[in-house]
Amino acid sequence: MDITTTYLGLKLKSPIVSSAGPLSEKISNIREMEDAGAGAVVLYSIFEEQIEHEQLELDYHTSAHTESFAEATSYFPEPFDYKLGPDEYLNHIRKAKEAVDIPIIASLNGKSIGGWTEYAKKMEQAGADALELNIYLLPTDVKKPGSEIEKTYIDIVKAVKSTVKIPIAVKMHPFFSSTSYMAKELCNAGADGLVMFNRFYQPDIDLETLDVVPNVILSTPMAMRLPLRWIAMIYGKVNADLAATSGIYTAEDVLKMVMAGAKVTQMLSSLLKFGVGHIADVTTNLIAWMEEKEYESIEQMRGSMSYMNVDDPAKFERANYMKVLHSYK
Amino acid sequence: MDRKKVTIDGNEAAAYVAYNTNEVIAIYPITPSSNMGEWCDAWAAVNKKNIWGMIPSVSELQSEGGASGSVHGALQTGALTTTFTASQGLLLMIPNMYKIAGELTSTVFHVSARSIAAAALSIFGDHSDVMATRATGFGLLSSNSVQEVMDFALISQAATLEARIPFIHFFDGFRTSHEVMKIEELTKDDMKAMMSDDLIIEHRNRGLTPDRPVMRGTAQNPDVYFQGRETVNPFYIACPAIVQKQMDKFAKLTGRQYNLFDYVGVPDAERIVIMMGSGSEAAEETVNYLVSKGEKVGLLKVRLYRPFSLEHFIKALPKTTKTIAVLDRTKEPGAGGEPLYLDVVNAISEKYMASELQFTYPKIVGGRYGLSSKEFTPAMVKSVYDNLSNEKPKAHFTVGIIEDVTHSSLDFDPTFSVESPETFRGKFYGLGADGTVGANKNSIKIIGEGTDYFAQGYFVYDSKKSGSTTVSHLRFGPKEIKSTYLIRNAKFIACHQQGFLEQMDMLKDASEGATFLLNTKIDKEHVWDSIPEKVQRDLIDKKMKLYIIDAYKVGEATGMGVRINTIMQTCFFAISEIFPQAEAIDLIKNSIKKTYGAKGDKIVQMNFDAVDQTVANLFEVTVPKNVTSKLQLQPPVSGNAPAFVLDVTAKIIAGEGDLLPVSKMPIDGTFPLSTTRWEKRNIALEVPVWDMETCIQCNKCVIVCPHATIRAKIYEEKDLKDAPPTFKYTKFKSKDYGEDLYYSLQVAVEDCTGCEICVDVCPAKNKKETKLKAINMAEQLPIREQERANWDFFFNIPELDRRKVAVSKIKDSQFLQPLFEFSGACSGCGETPYVKLVSQLYGDRAVIANATGCSSIYGGNLPTTPWAANKEGRGPAWSNSLFEDNAEFGFGFRLAIDNHNHQAKELLKGLASEIGTDLVDSIINAKQNDESDIYDQRERVDALKKKLDDMLKSANGKASEIKHLVSLADYLVKKSVWIMGGDGWAYDIGYGGLDHVLASGKNVNVLVLDTEVYSNTGGQCSKATPRAAVAKFAAAGKQSAKKDLGLMAMTYGNVYVAKIAMGANDQHTLRAILEAEAYDGPSLIIAYSHCIAHGINMGTAMQNQKAAVDSGHWPLYRYHPDLEAEGKNPFRLDSKGLKIPLKDYAYMETRYKMLTKSHPTEAAVMIKEAQQDVIRRWKEYERLAAYVPEKSEK
Repeated sequence: MDITTTYLGLKLKSPIVSSAGPLSEKISNIREMEDAGAGAVVLYSIFEEQIEHEQLELDYHTSAHTESFAEATSYFPEPFDYKLGPDEYLNHIRKAKEAVDIPIIASLNGKSIGGWTEYAKKMEQAGADALELNIYLLPTDVKKPGSEIEKTYIDIVKAVKSTVKIPIAVKMHPFFSSTSYMAKELCNAGADGLVMFNRFYQPDIDLETLDVVPNVILSTPMAMRLPLRWIAMIYGKVNADLAATSGIYTAEDVLKMVMAGAKVTQMLSSLLKFGVGHIADVTTNLIAWMEEKEYESIEQMRGSMSYMNVDDPAKFERANYMKVLHSYK
Repeated sequence: MDRKKVTIDGNEAAAYVAYNTNEVIAIYPITPSSNMGEWCDAWAAVNKKNIWGMIPSVSELQSEGGASGSVHGALQTGALTTTFTASQGLLLMIPNMYKIAGELTSTVFHVSARSIAAAALSIFGDHSDVMATRATGFGLLSSNSVQEVMDFALISQAATLEARIPFIHFFDGFRTSHEVMKIEELTKDDMKAMMSDDLIIEHRNRGLTPDRPVMRGTAQNPDVYFQGRETVNPFYIACPAIVQKQMDKFAKLTGRQYNLFDYVGVPDAERIVIMMGSGSEAAEETVNYLVSKGEKVGLLKVRLYRPFSLEHFIKALPKTTKTIAVLDRTKEPGAGGEPLYLDVVNAISEKYMASELQFTYPKIVGGRYGLSSKEFTPAMVKSVYDNLSNEKPKAHFTVGIIEDVTHSSLDFDPTFSVESPETFRGKFYGLGADGTVGANKNSIKIIGEGTDYFAQGYFVYDSKKSGSTTVSHLRFGPKEIKSTYLIRNAKFIACHQQGFLEQMDMLKDASEGATFLLNTKIDKEHVWDSIPEKVQRDLIDKKMKLYIIDAYKVGEATGMGVRINTIMQTCFFAISEIFPQAEAIDLIKNSIKKTYGAKGDKIVQMNFDAVDQTVANLFEVTVPKNVTSKLQLQPPVSGNAPAFVLDVTAKIIAGEGDLLPVSKMPIDGTFPLSTTRWEKRNIALEVPVWDMETCIQCNKCVIVCPHATIRAKIYEEKDLKDAPPTFKYTKFKSKDYGEDLYYSLQVAVEDCTGCEICVDVCPAKNKKETKLKAINMAEQLPIREQERANWDFFFNIPELDRRKVAVSKIKDSQFLQPLFEFSGACSGCGETPYVKLVSQLYGDRAVIANATGCSSIYGGNLPTTPWAANKEGRGPAWSNSLFEDNAEFGFGFRLAIDNHNHQAKELLKGLASEIGTDLVDSIINAKQNDESDIYDQRERVDALKKKLDDMLKSANGKASEIKHLVSLADYLVKKSVWIMGGDGWAYDIGYGGLDHVLASGKNVNVLVLDTEVYSNTGGQCSKATPRAAVAKFAAAGKQSAKKDLGLMAMTYGNVYVAKIAMGANDQHTLRAILEAEAYDGPSLIIAYSHCIAHGINMGTAMQNQKAAVDSGHWPLYRYHPDLEAEGKNPFRLDSKGLKIPLKDYAYMETRYKMLTKSHPTEAAVMIKEAQQDVIRRWKEYERLAAYVPEKSEK
């Protein structure tokens, strides 16, 4: 059974890819992912804030109290050579590349145009096969129109694209007023792939402490419906590979996404829940299903259930449930 | 050869040569020498190699005694070995120094010479320490400048190998150790050329080895010891010539010729000054000036002080010598004169007797100068020469002070100056936190390395750890700079904080036509009106130029925040026109790259942005013709202060301490308490403001306040009479102290440091706006006046009767008056909340022994002390002995107090029939367990004293006993002995003594303020430093686990031990302190004290304490020996398990995190090992907690 696929110009042995997350912080997990049959690994994300904040924090704390008191003109040894956070990440890319044969996709998160985009170049030099760009601009300014925000997305993609030769995928969120238009524009700006969708962290309120608290909840299988629709809608309309993420738990989920048009399906929550070995189980079930239904390859089914290929594309378009209208004829 | 020019300080210069020419380096921190060890450790951490391609082995010991022992051992086994020290540290090395010299062992100790603690400690420079080693047999070689430090470090290293006499190479603490100068750096080839391979091999071959076994260190008897001591004579005779030979060899290499005694002045000089150290530079500058005016004067600089070569000395003096003044930077009370003076008198005398004197026997006088870095200026030098012109020159004089008791001081004209007009002189006033000093160090480097100019920088810090003022003194110019004193005639003055203008007479040292740069938030149209009258007058009268910048605006725009160093530096270069502006900006940017490159692109870019935006925001303001301001300089203290504060303390605060005459100083170092309350520093831009509607009256903000600036009181309605209109009060929510009481939470806004810890711990949230709590930060300036009045009113509200306070509850305990207030500790200090709590609970009957360290500095560094007395005049009696002996010092308190108490009781018994047996019995049998008991006992003792007074009036045969009992009666009230200090003391240097005192069984309370590093000297590693944390002397991370001091103390079985962390559990902290004090035996409390040396946000540091406990790094426990007698387990593990992984706590702190940046691979391993340390210790504690004692037969 041929379950190979291509994604961002890379040849993958499987459409099942490990999504950006904490599991890839350990090289041993990445090895296990390869062994379990993953087609590629998207590394955990490094954030714009992390890159800059770390520098600022280290500088602040090592210099804040210096030269204030005669007996202690400083409080830390002189730094001769720091390997700042990004360096650690770059080393991680190198180690991951040495450890496995499957492609390693680095993940860079940012929200503004700035020096941090230069970091993409360093990721490329460290050996990353591709780059997943996660732009997470939360529009809180009531004076800023959506068009300006969208422009920032486009500008960031252009800035990163101009620094690297390796392919880049953009991890989108589903909250643009025109998802399809943005998908197209991102591709025009240089995105080689679109990952659908980014799940924003959604804070909670602790009634006891009256604090806003982080509340990380793993995605549920239901979460896949949103990307499923949009992948199906966009497939064939943009010049980019589509990747599905959110709520991929089973071989059936993978199949549905591929049929909607996805080149790859990214898994994280299910791996966190069931372990990295879950990839092998999904792969086995995937092959079994394809054998049972006599599919020859993944490629064969790709996009078969997309907007352009289904018999009633309007089903993807409906925004609200209504009773099925019977034909009056 | 064209050698590299470097701009470095004396410590770095010495360390550079020492590191390169040694194999083993044993270190221990002590100001001002710590930096030498820090450099060596940091170089070793990055595998920097010495001249033989090896990385020297750098090890920190537990004390200077330990360091010198290791040096001795390493020398005895043939390694080239060195160490660095000063002051008390050098004294601790003396026993080994006798051994090392007695065994003719080659080594050099580099010493940044510092005062020795007598009536007071001082970290500053003089020769008291070095002079104390004269008898050890070490050679003593003196450097006068940073260049000489580098040169003499090498010359002494070469000489010791040949002479076999060990050397102290010394230079003046701070004045030379911390002065930044442009010098020529010696190359590795220079060092190799001076270090003889043959001599090194001979040194190595003298080392102990079983392959050529010998023994040393024998014990000898009266028959031969004397002769043995005399065997070394030929070496001492030969030594001076060897040193001179090495100096000559060095001169051939570098072109810099030195001699054992260097003479400057006219060849036919009649008046000669003889001295050594940095003061010689100022003296040389003055001599050159006086000679240019035709005066017959000369200066003899002593280089090799020991062995003192009479031959070389006498030859160096002009044949025309008529009068000699010998200047010593030390004091030997009771001696016939100071040491150098006596040596000179002896030399002249011996040569006279041998008829080898080439001039008539001169008049010789000796004088003291410059103790504790006291300024030594050309004006003073001139006064010394003037004294020599007198028919009867004053002998045993002092110069530089007003000595009005025995009238030894020489007068001098403070306006006398010899500074070259070509030399630029700039003074920069900054706040410690704003980076001014760092920026000026950079400027000196830029100028030093970017031009042919000579350059010098010297930096003065005040003694506060928060809100400290720094003054940078920069000189540069085409002529060599020998001005080893502060700048008086400045051509450029910069004020980096406008608030200073009202606090100090800033332009008094400005020369005519000078430039003044002011950082101000006020625009150029309005700035003139914001400048005090005196400053306006100086600007006009001295025809000065005025420039302004709003550095905070630029700082905010570029992300620099309050760190305005780069901005002010750019202003300086833009105004001073040392370089064309574009070139200056390039040079600054290059310097930024060098300085911040390792810290990342973002930091570099931020600084670049600051440079770029500065010039556009820098404006020249035309100085108006008339003074218009009504603003006056603020008096240093309120006019209501006590006489001593007005007469003495205020002068020191105002920066006029140099003018205080000897008669004003206490004769034995005794000072009054409660003086910080008069020093209103106003250093916080924002202060907490109480929202009484939201407040739940828990007093948590009060207990955590490191500076005792938030206080709570409950009182009756009548006490509100005459309250200022803005004074806040509300009904007290509890009925515990009666009905209808009022509660106020008041902030001393002028004393607050703005740390925000109070806000962080406040548990109450405003129901309408949850971002607000019951205390919230607000700008200080708009509320300063009203809150000053509110504080004064609040302070005078009567304190709650101590007998009523339920001290075991946090809330209630905080109604007790703190007798430790407004210290100069760091903003957000983690130690002071514990110290303050002890002062609240026991301050009125405590005697405190305080180890040298942070707590002795914020507790006892002039001008003011936070230790305070209450309205009854009672308060903590406090003293600091040394760093190493604090436990023993406090133990001595206990012995004396017990003795006094015992004696008083015996006298009572003896006088029982006269006093009355009821009173006597009630006093002797009083239980004194709580505040009420103590109160009652005080009442009884008062009654006793009245009775004794009456008895004395009707004289009887027992007058002597009565008088003694009067003087001892107060000791019948229980005294609480506290022994406080940091981990450097308790875990390292003072551990032996602490262990012994704990074992004694005596009733002392030891409070270890454990910051896990030597905080006061800048964060060096101690045995309390945890594994995987970075500290100085452990730049590559601490490799071993933290010592478990508590567990070690528990092994005695009769020591109360507790480990506490206020931020994790304040109730536990309070309970442990109460139990420890109540326990009739030794108690040890180990208190987690967060610290700026951890690299954390101090405002939220109590969260770090909680995380430390939750991770198991700092398990809370109490070990109470009395419980075992009750058949219970004495050990109670009060922490509730390992709630978070160690790394979740550790990586909240830069000290751990930076290892992941500097040594990522090692850090990953070490944090795992550290986690194992935690688990292992936790299991051990669980085992202890599970112990079930056997029931006693009773």
